[in-house]
Amino acid sequence: MSFFDVAEAAVAAALDAGARYADARVMHKRYESMEARNGEVEDLNSDESAGLGVRALVGSSWGFYAVPDLSDSAARLAGARATAIAKASARVAGPGVDLVPTTASTATWASECLIDPLAVPLSDKGDLLTHATKTMVEHGADQATGVYQVWDTRKWFVSSEGHRIDQHVRECGAGIQATAIGEGETQVRSYPAARGQYGTRGWELVQGLDLLAHAPRLADESRALLSAPTCPSGETALILGGEQLFLQIHESVGHAIELDRILGWEAAFAGTSWLDLSQLGSLRYGSELMNITIDPTLPGALGSFGFDDEGTPAAKRYAVKDGVWVGVLAGRDSAALAGLDYGGSVRADGWARLPMVRMTNVGLEPGPHTLEQIIAETDDGVFMENNRSWSIDDKRLNFQFGCEIAYEVKNGKKGRMLRNPTYTGIGPKFWQSMDMLSSEIEYWGTPNCGKGQPTQVGHTGHPSAPARFQNVRVGVRA
Amino acid sequence: MSVTTTAEQVLELAVRALPGAEVDVTADAVHRALTRFANSRIHQNVAEDTVTVRLRAHLDGRTVTTTTTLTGPEGLTSLVARTAAAVRSAPRDPGWPGLAPPSPLALSGVVDEATRNASPDDRAARVRDFVDAAGGLETAGYCQTGHWSGAYRNSAGQSLSAQATTAELDGIARDAGADGVARRSSVRLSDLDGAALGTRAAAKARSQADPVELPPGRYEVILEPEAVADLLTNFALFGFNAKAVQERRSFAELGAAQFDEAISLYDDPREPFDGEGTPRTRLALVEKGITTALAHDRRTAAVSGAASTGHAGSAAWGPMLNNLGFAPGGSSAEEMTSRVERGLLITDLWYTRVLDPRTLALTGLTRNGVWLIEGGEVTRPVRNMRFTQLYPQALGPGAVLGVGADAVPQPSRVFLGAWTAPALHLASWNITGNASG
Repeated sequence: MSFFDVAEAAVAAALDAGARYADARVMHKRYESMEARNGEVEDLNSDESAGLGVRALVGSSWGFYAVPDLSDSAARLAGARATAIAKASARVAGPGVDLVPTTASTATWASECLIDPLAVPLSDKGDLLTHATKTMVEHGADQATGVYQVWDTRKWFVSSEGHRIDQHVRECGAGIQATAIGEGETQVRSYPAARGQYGTRGWELVQGLDLLAHAPRLADESRALLSAPTCPSGETALILGGEQLFLQIHESVGHAIELDRILGWEAAFAGTSWLDLSQLGSLRYGSELMNITIDPTLPGALGSFGFDDEGTPAAKRYAVKDGVWVGVLAGRDSAALAGLDYGGSVRADGWARLPMVRMTNVGLEPGPHTLEQIIAETDDGVFMENNRSWSIDDKRLNFQFGCEIAYEVKNGKKGRMLRNPTYTGIGPKFWQSMDMLSSEIEYWGTPNCGKGQPTQVGHTGHPSAPARFQNVRVGVRA
Repeated sequence: MSVTTTAEQVLELAVRALPGAEVDVTADAVHRALTRFANSRIHQNVAEDTVTVRLRAHLDGRTVTTTTTLTGPEGLTSLVARTAAAVRSAPRDPGWPGLAPPSPLALSGVVDEATRNASPDDRAARVRDFVDAAGGLETAGYCQTGHWSGAYRNSAGQSLSAQATTAELDGIARDAGADGVARRSSVRLSDLDGAALGTRAAAKARSQADPVELPPGRYEVILEPEAVADLLTNFALFGFNAKAVQERRSFAELGAAQFDEAISLYDDPREPFDGEGTPRTRLALVEKGITTALAHDRRTAAVSGAASTGHAGSAAWGPMLNNLGFAPGGSSAEEMTSRVERGLLITDLWYTRVLDPRTLALTGLTRNGVWLIEGGEVTRPVRNMRFTQLYPQALGPGAVLGVGADAVPQPSRVFLGAWTAPALHLASWNITGNASG
């Protein structure tokens, strides 16, 4: 019995039990991670997970049931249970549910992978992390950590509309971090990003990072930060490096344009959005330099796929065009409710979780400047790099970020190092103040986006580049 | 096949495949069902039955941990083969602390059969009660029930099994953009009164009409149990984790008077043993303001020359506390309010993130209701604000003006986790921004 057959059995059972639509995903997922500290490996995990998740729609109510048994009988039972759960949902029912149309594809898709990360010997991977962390300790780090993670996911999707899609997505990434501990404080430097850099690529991604080459610098900078002057408080021109700006995009644009949040479906937990659908197509989100795309087709970016978990083919669309809000991240049911004609951004983090609206690759298109130009054209400001903390309100408006390191910018020159840099603001005011944007786009990936109940951990990609913002409040302290 | 049988089978297979290795196995069966509602309708309704087997092997100074959800004969054989292959090429692990020795359980998990067997209709009924009690206000939230059955076996002879149930109801009511919240956790679904929680959430929402905006500054505050749960979360993650203390990333210092003498803090586990096979018991972390204990796993215990407290989490993160609580005090909500000349009543905290783990400096926002207290009375609602606060400092000697008498079990994001949270009356809370920025 093929995995398609298992999924089809579940869908058939859901329909037999009374569902008017059903879909099912069989997923087989392998995960491997290693963490090293101060020259020694402290954790090595190798996980394998497989199972079936079935979604059933009865009237205007959904049900979902998941089971790790891939037999025909278990699949049929799962389909029937999903339908029974949907019927119970009708005890507190709402308006009708429609699904925007999508082509019932029969397709196969795989991400590009030159070097299979799971085939690279554990000893080689261990050597990389232990050498990098040992080097950071030798250069003065009090704590030095390194991590890599690998995901190898195969999915078989079937729907009652005729979808039959299999996908093979391989993702991996790595990062290192040096911590210096002073009197009552810690200072941290990370490479290439605070939680590492990830993509839908093979081990060649990790090789390209050249972690060892950056280890001494991180240790040196973490120690230097302990005695650096504190980032001053006040309003100033703020230049953000691309790594920090990707998280700014993620938090203050990506989540805000999730249609389920806009519709109130996440109101009690993740929150809602400041965006009002009546302003889609007219609301000024940012300056004219701000062009944000939703693009799961970007090769190698962490949020890429061939089809989302409702079977909608990957396609690029604008979320913000020339500073105006024009698009959302949507699923088939949320789009229908909002009167839109596209879904395409629904994913689940495993077979046991309900697919829901998630970011794919949400990021900036290139601007006309370079980082060098941005600094050269700044008389008085602060340049911050690498995220250290992030916090934003439940409407995705009021944010505060902390970065690992900052530099004074005076008369077009990068000056002295500053410690404990933070900045705060209100989303649209902040984005409207963006007056310079670099063309140096990188695809940043974050593998730890939490959403939903039970919580799901999403993998999202974010094209980003350095940019400058005016009159930003910096230096907020406890 | 029961989790006990599964764990025994995997241990037998692993010992045979890896002669001379130290081996331990956990098998966890979880039934978890969660009914979510928004816009006053059930919009997501899920259930799962999962079994996860974890095998850890230490051989020739090397350690590897593997897991699988494939629990048929082929899946378990494959798990052992994968482990055997990986452990031989794994990097060295000089910090291996050895396996837990045989030791009996000190606690038994609470299993409520009605919760274990709760149906989608049972959860929907709680949701219906919450929605109806909100009196027409828009509502959102969830009702969850769950059952865990776990077994631990190791090659040193330790053998443990237990079960537990959990139930949670958490919801908001919304009135013209203002949200009121009520949430509760228990081991029994019957403890969750949808109507009472819906009534409280709706009353909170309705009392927030025409909020004022206040300037940043230091305010005397009363944190309600929902907000106090956030303090407990961050103390659990960053404060009393022995690994963080050993690596000098935590403020916690054994024997020091780090808190006000009104503060006592303990962990009261719902799971009777941890993933290393160490039995758990109630652990007092702070007694009358003095830090008295840290959460240990076997690795951190070996480093400190202490005993594991049964709080093993991941090897890299270190020990995890999932059932932390403040001991209740003697003040009612009305008494605490009456003692505030000018301050804030804060229901909930949101999106708190650590600026520096050593000082436990956090920033975050208020959520689900803030009110101004003047002359001992709640006078008007206030718009949400941002704070940047050293958490230990907020509870430091002389900083706690009252602890609520009612310690309310609050849901945690960890399955079987819960925070026991009384309201706290604190002398100072550092508000660093408001809705305008």
